[in-house]
Amino acid sequence: MGSLALRNITKSFGKVDVIKGVDLDVEDGEFVIFVGPSGCGKSTLLRIIAGLEDASGGSVEIDGDAVNATPPSKRGIAMVFQTYALYPHLTVKDNMSLGLKQAKRPPAQIAERVDLATKMLSLEPYLERRPAELSGGQRQRVAIGRAVVRKPKLFLFDEPLSNLDAALRVNTRLEIARLHRELSATMIYVTHDQTEAMTLADRIVVLNAGRIEQIGTPMELYNDPANLFVAGFIGSPQMNFVEASAIGREDARTIGIRPEHISVSTTGGDLKGRVSHVEHLGADTNVYLDCGRAGLLCIRLFGEHQFEIDSEIHARFDEGRIYRFDDKGDIIR
Amino acid sequence: MSTARHSPFHSAAAHAILILYTIIALFPVFVIVVNAFKSRKAIFREPLALPDAESFSLIGFETVLKQGDFLLYFQNSLIVTVVSLFLVLLFGAMAAFALSEYRFKGNTLMGLYLALGIMIPIRLGTVAILQMMVASGLVNTRTALILVYTAQGLPLAIFILSEFMRQVSDDLKNAGRIDGLSEYRIFFRLVLPLVRPAMATVAVFTMIPIWNDLWFPLILAPAEETKTITLGAQVFIGQFVTNWNAVLAALSLAILPVLVLYLIFSRQLIRGITSGAVK
Repeated sequence: MGSLALRNITKSFGKVDVIKGVDLDVEDGEFVIFVGPSGCGKSTLLRIIAGLEDASGGSVEIDGDAVNATPPSKRGIAMVFQTYALYPHLTVKDNMSLGLKQAKRPPAQIAERVDLATKMLSLEPYLERRPAELSGGQRQRVAIGRAVVRKPKLFLFDEPLSNLDAALRVNTRLEIARLHRELSATMIYVTHDQTEAMTLADRIVVLNAGRIEQIGTPMELYNDPANLFVAGFIGSPQMNFVEASAIGREDARTIGIRPEHISVSTTGGDLKGRVSHVEHLGADTNVYLDCGRAGLLCIRLFGEHQFEIDSEIHARFDEGRIYRFDDKGDIIR
Repeated sequence: MSTARHSPFHSAAAHAILILYTIIALFPVFVIVVNAFKSRKAIFREPLALPDAESFSLIGFETVLKQGDFLLYFQNSLIVTVVSLFLVLLFGAMAAFALSEYRFKGNTLMGLYLALGIMIPIRLGTVAILQMMVASGLVNTRTALILVYTAQGLPLAIFILSEFMRQVSDDLKNAGRIDGLSEYRIFFRLVLPLVRPAMATVAVFTMIPIWNDLWFPLILAPAEETKTITLGAQVFIGQFVTNWNAVLAALSLAILPVLVLYLIFSRQLIRGITSGAVK
């Protein structure tokens, strides 16, 4: 139970096409993450899966049944929102049990499920409180609890960590990962944060302008991006792109190399440039090299390194890690 | 800036302006209430003096309670105001919810059409309204007044409430949909409590013109049994002789219920007015 299939989904708002034909299969128990820049249609796609938005074309199938005409509450899904969306007038306990009460489940079953979710998310001290009396992290745990209680076929997360501060974000991320392991439920998760995508996902779906650019495991996307967009989107700092002609290569239009796959040398290398800025992050040092016609190059060195601003150094590319892209931006393998 | 805001001179000036405005606003009310407790001679001799042992008189209130059926007028005013208010808030909020929540063809046009009434006074249509009421046999009923006042209050209510409802989080409504709440329960249980301050604002702005209106009661329901309090007070104003004691007493009494309703709404009202500014 818990597989999802999207067949040629399209969505237009008036004349604007937001989603331009998306096909996707999600296996039972898989953790799939949609990433992409703002406005790429990832949230709209999630809302179509949830049934909060009607698709203009195509079909959504959950467990093999087309659910296009099924209202959200009957699709067997649960959703966690960015703004928590807890009912302000209900206590934590009532927030979690409302969905089951609406579905007319027996009280004993409701109590048992709420109890289980409470234990799983350590919400015991807050059960009688109202959302206004909770902190952001606690509210998001309640929202996750509300989803768990429904025992859905599909969990949908809409940027659940975006409103939390950095420390809480890491904790809640771990919590969600643990939840996925314990429940072995199918989860669809939308984020614009690639760290979340890389750390949580079984498979990542990269969306851009309403289309799927690539689907793959985090490492597949990192090591084998299909095109310029995916190459630039996955990995931080971003992959460097250099006009092939600028370094005297004829076999591609654009050359891509990740900052961590460049080493520096004082004697010689692929490109010579002036140090324009250095960022010391402790574990890493990011060096920005102004290479004239080839543009600004970011180099990520492990450990601490000192460079004089304006000093001239050489960048040497790790030959096996160079990506080549053609005129259309697709990778040349 | 912070020094300017806290200087005693500025704060004194601000208070002086506010106090001056309060005095100007309350002065007519003060004159009415004070003179309602004075004898006729005292009203004309010293209109601004407070009633003392010599000039104090309840003759006005006695006249009002004896002559005419003021309790009935009160009841009429109250029924018309409260029922109209309820209908304006209910239908106004529902229409505002539909306009702000659902995408449908002609949404904007519908919003403009419903807001048109803010710009065009309903009194322009008095003749047509009267003909309609005569044709439907509603003349001299409270229903006629309630219908007209509901129509009169709806445009502003829809305009204000739809703006507020747009601010209610989409996620919250969607969470309700996923939990299987009907659109009506989402509206009544999730959205309405969150726009309560706006509802109070609309309630006050709707209620006061209805309570004070003389025009429509005079035209649509002048019969004895449907007279409202403002119309009832007119019996003491004659072409040649006006019973000022009675008029002032009637007006003083008419202030009370609207004051009570205002106090009920005022706490929410202040929150509604400041919500945009403070957050």
